[in-house]
Amino acid sequence: MNKQEFTISLFTEDHIGILSQITIILTRRQINIESITASESAVKGVQMLTLVVRTTAEMVQKVARQMQKLVDVLKVFVHTSDEIVYQELALYKVKTTGLMSGNMIDHIVRDHNALILEVSPEYMVIEKTGHKTQINELLHVLEPCGVLQFVRSGRVAITRQVKELNAYLDEMDEANQYKPDNIDTIN
Amino acid sequence: MKTEKETIQVKEQANGFETVTGAEALLRCLVEEGVDTIFGYPGGAIMPVYDRLLDYKGKLNHILTRHEQGAAHAAQAYAMVTGKPGVCFATSGPGATNLITGIANAYLDSVPVVFITAQVVSNLIGTDAFQETDILGVSMPVVKWNAQVKKSQDIPETIAKAFFIAKTGRPGPVVIDITKDAQYEKLDFKYTKCNYIRSYNPHIPLHTRAIESAAIMINHAEKPLILAGHGVLISGAENELLKFAEKTGIPVALTLLGLSAFPTGHRLYTGYLGMHGNYGPNFLTNEADLIIAIGMRFDDRVTGNLKKYAKNARIIHIEIDEAEINKNVIVDLEINNDAKEVLDNLIPLVQKKSYEKWLREFRICDKTEYEKVIRSETKPEKGKLKMGEVVRLVSELTRGDAIVVTDVGQNQMTVARYYSFSNPNSLVTSGGMGTMGFGLPASIGAKIGKPDKQVVAFLGDGGFQMTIQELGTILHYRIPVKIIILNNGFLGMVRQWQDMFYSKRHASTELVNPDFVTIAKGYRIPAKIVSERKELKDSLVEMLETEGPYLLDIKIDKEANVLPMIEPGASVSEMTLTYK
Repeated sequence: MNKQEFTISLFTEDHIGILSQITIILTRRQINIESITASESAVKGVQMLTLVVRTTAEMVQKVARQMQKLVDVLKVFVHTSDEIVYQELALYKVKTTGLMSGNMIDHIVRDHNALILEVSPEYMVIEKTGHKTQINELLHVLEPCGVLQFVRSGRVAITRQVKELNAYLDEMDEANQYKPDNIDTIN
Repeated sequence: MKTEKETIQVKEQANGFETVTGAEALLRCLVEEGVDTIFGYPGGAIMPVYDRLLDYKGKLNHILTRHEQGAAHAAQAYAMVTGKPGVCFATSGPGATNLITGIANAYLDSVPVVFITAQVVSNLIGTDAFQETDILGVSMPVVKWNAQVKKSQDIPETIAKAFFIAKTGRPGPVVIDITKDAQYEKLDFKYTKCNYIRSYNPHIPLHTRAIESAAIMINHAEKPLILAGHGVLISGAENELLKFAEKTGIPVALTLLGLSAFPTGHRLYTGYLGMHGNYGPNFLTNEADLIIAIGMRFDDRVTGNLKKYAKNARIIHIEIDEAEINKNVIVDLEINNDAKEVLDNLIPLVQKKSYEKWLREFRICDKTEYEKVIRSETKPEKGKLKMGEVVRLVSELTRGDAIVVTDVGQNQMTVARYYSFSNPNSLVTSGGMGTMGFGLPASIGAKIGKPDKQVVAFLGDGGFQMTIQELGTILHYRIPVKIIILNNGFLGMVRQWQDMFYSKRHASTELVNPDFVTIAKGYRIPAKIVSERKELKDSLVEMLETEGPYLLDIKIDKEANVLPMIEPGASVSEMTLTYK
């Protein structure tokens, strides 16, 4: 079966070690993480992880079910790239002298929609937001100018589906026969 | 002016709290959870807990094993026979790492055990302090959940969560690592049992449409077969399984850990599945047109070659763990829920039927297996003693009523094949992990869990020596377990594979053994060697009738093999009955 790119979005409780538990599942199946982003989600106390992996459709379902099984994982979503809106961010540190020739700055800003964050006699820092291919294209353009440093972020993604996390959390609570107010206190 | 003590008392009365140390709080939590037995081993970091434990005599019975691995296996066996979570204590560092085999074993076999490990003082964590190990990191791949407690006030809530997680849903081991300072610092104690965790809901809503679809598939099947596993026992669904099978008339096969979930003597029982299971249920899996898998996970030892597994059958998978569904075998209908709940709802929807012609196919297989394997294994008239005849005789003498514990290898496969189980949860064995050394400590946990039952441990001479130190525990507490060593002087199962697949080259499988009777005497356990067939029955009777522990060293045919066998890579229908 063909491997393709999947974005796994996980909403988890803020439990120490949860990232390890998730990566162990991928490690066991010899799946490399292409990119990873972790942050607090829009719901307070809920962490969000976005992983990009390359694997088969069958395997991604298996690992997603194993992730969903983890006690501290609230919800796992698996998406192909066309089901999400996503961005990555890159920073480039380039020799200033290299950028001064011709209309390079103009080309970078207008054609690549990049920003210039800092200028010094020695180097400039350029920021580019986009898909991996676009970030790589700009890197290719800048390489002859002398790239001193290049860093790329993990993917951040938003799903196209209408139902939001809060609705899932409510549903999960609805399905749980034990509500917090039903907890009986001993002593 | 009130004294400080009086002030505290007033405060306690006002809030319903009591100020205690973390160690005291831990023990109170265990009492609240209904724990009465702890298996463990002390050490530096856990001393505050052990110190408090002295004052819990009569409430919390502590069994000091001779190695932490023994404590872990004993706690697991205790959980398997009682249905209550087992509890196990160990200190930091080596104490905790010695548990790992036991934790992994409980994880693979879905047994609820709460492991409490101590940790160095919190400000030393991460400094490579004396006896410091990152046990959360080490245990992470083999636990259902783990957590570290660094503040005494977090102990009650964490312990409550640990028990809730360990015993609900698909059960499993939980590790709680408590720093030494959290054990001696004080907290305002109040205990509330946990039955709600936002991110974890073990009570899955019933999917009635799927159950209706299952009933239609079942009612239309011509050659249906039930494969039942450990999930039936965990769910307590033995009666439902019996009712379901009797109403539908569908033959039943059990996995290794499912053994004792269905009466061995029942006319619909077709035998045990797997590499060394019975011929009928394995061979006929590939003839079935419908497989109803209940609380089992299509382990590779059950399926053989997946590419040739059950290709004629549609498959219904009733399983509480969603991650097990479509993992190894792609199924036609999944019912992700508790076995008992599903069967309860399914029974009214299925038609009363019988499949006499289909059952006859199993009887024909049984006859073949009896002629080619079982007769010579259980009723040999000459030659060296066979494992099968020993197990069969113990089965008859105990009327299938004992709790049987095994080690791993030929002894285990032979027990699974030849003991006739009459009560649920009466086999304690290491399934998924196949942990040699499991048997002896597990027999201790089983006997303490069910003191009124005869507990018989069948061990190989290899596995026995992996945890032989637990004879010390048996001596210490006079635990009346009956130990049978099926002694062939070999690591028998490995030797069998060497014979079959490695040109009979016996690399490191022959053992030079000590005199086990002398060793048993050192531990004041009565013991005897049996090497002749004529003395077997009397010796077994003497063992079973002796009060207290007893050890029988039974000399078995050195190079006998367990048959039949699904060879590695072979399909279930290619099971071999004879050794070539």
